[in-house]
Parts: sequence; structure tokens; C-alpha cells
Amino acid sequence: MPSYLFWFFAIITLIGGISVIAMRNPVSSAMSVVVSFVGLAGLFVGLSSFFAAIIQILVYTGAIMVLFLFIIMLLDLKTETKRAPSIAAIAAGLSLVIAFTIQLVGVITHTPNKQAPPLDQAALTAAAENFPADSGIASALTAGTLPDTKLIGHTLFTDYNFPLQILGLLLLVSTIGVVVLSNKSSEKENH
Amino acid sequence: MASLNEYLLVSGLLFAIGLAGVVLRRNIIVVFMCLELMLNAANLTLIAFSRFNTLDGLPNYNGLMLVFFVITVAAAEVAVGLAIIVALYRTRQTIHTDELTTLKG
Repeated sequence: MPSYLFWFFAIITLIGGISVIAMRNPVSSAMSVVVSFVGLAGLFVGLSSFFAAIIQILVYTGAIMVLFLFIIMLLDLKTETKRAPSIAAIAAGLSLVIAFTIQLVGVITHTPNKQAPPLDQAALTAAAENFPADSGIASALTAGTLPDTKLIGHTLFTDYNFPLQILGLLLLVSTIGVVVLSNKSSEKENH
Repeated sequence: MASLNEYLLVSGLLFAIGLAGVVLRRNIIVVFMCLELMLNAANLTLIAFSRFNTLDGLPNYNGLMLVFFVITVAAAEVAVGLAIIVALYRTRQTIHTDELTTLKG
């Protein structure tokens, strides 16, 4: 990806992030998060991880932010927006950011910069040697394309099979936890 | 293509913005959104490192696995966290962190 596209998406991401904390209305904040995540997905495409970019759009902007908006509308937070922010909190937040940024720039200027290794036809064809010749991954690699999703699936179901199953358990536990949490509070109201 | 340090700078700035939001916002839902921003900044770092440190000529897919797990855990975390916020609102009628000073229900 040319560098100006990188800066375009980076600026979208950062402006979205800044407006999350600058907007007074929670709905506007949620919309700014969506803008920020779309910019982030563009950056992921630039790093040629297409699967992560699509998941970012589908899971984050599609599912998680809709859940946020749903809760904001469920709680009806109109009265919560009319509050003056305290000066101490703003000072603390800004000084934290400035200290963090100075530290970040200090570290980045003193570490050796790195250019991305090319993912061209020669490199991909060489990488195809590590996969069985008749597999879909090898044929896509020799054709000069990066089969990102297939490679993620391959890694996920070979090296990371056990963590994947633990993850399934985690999702089950969180589903049950959410049901239990929302049941308890409705029981309390009935008493 | 942009270099590694530029990606790390953007990701660090996004993390700093999220951190500032957690400190200075008082609405607990916005605080939660800023936590999501911080998680995504970490994801950007992981993907950048996986692309810039190739393994056998391909991006290092171990880093992308971590991104996959972070996204899944974040989804579970959001579901549980928002359920807690709804339960909190039902008992206290507020989601303003200045008014939530005791842990007793």
C-alpha cells in the first residue's frame, strides 16, 4: 500500500479516537468508535492481513458497537450528557497522554526502523515449499497471491487447536454469565 | 509501504487516546468504548509485528492468532461488561462513575 493511503487511514483512525472522548453524547461517541475501527481495518489491509480486517468490520463495527448502541438506547442516557467535565480529570488525562506520547516518540526514534519484507512472487513461491504440493495453500502461493484466510485456518487448527477449544469454553461461560446476570437483576425487582 | 515505526506510532497514539478517555470521561459506557480502542491499538501492534517479521517468507501467523484470540475475548468481555452495566443501572439508576463510589449492592 502506498504511504499516503497509510496516512489517510491512520488519520481517520486517530480522528475517530479523539472524537470518542471529545463528544458529549454517548451515541456520537459510539459512532466515532465505528469510524475509528473502519480506519483500523484499512490499516490491517495495508499490512496484508485481510482476514483480520474483515473480522474487524464484522465483529467490532457490526456486532460489538451495535450492542453498545443498543445498551445506550436501552438505558436512555439523555440526562447524563448535561454535565460539566471536571478540570482535574481533563488535566490528568491530557498530562497522561503527553507523557505517554513523549515516551513513545523517544523510544521510536531510538529503535532501528524496519521496512516490510516483500511478499512478491519469488518469496511466495519459495514459501509454498513448506506446504503439500497439492494443497490449496501451495497452489495459491505459487500463483503469487497470499491465501491469508487459509493460512490462518491452517495455523488455527494445527498449532492452536487446544487454545481454540478453550476459547469455545470461554464463549459458553460468558453466554451463561450474561443470562445469569440479567436474570438476577430482574428477580430483585420482583421482590 | 509505511515502515514499522510509523505503524507503532499510530498504534501508540491510539492507545494513548484510549487511556485518556478512560481517565477523563465519567460515563461508564464511554469508558468501556475507550477500553475497546486500547485493545484495538494492541491488535494493530501485533499485526504490524507479524507482517514485518516474516517467518519462512510469509507473515508470522502466530501474531495473527493472538489477534484472533484478542478479538474473541473482547467480544465475550463486552457482552459480560454491558450486562454488568445494565444490572448496575437497574440498582443505582446512574452510570456516572463519580456517583458509583461503593461496591455494596
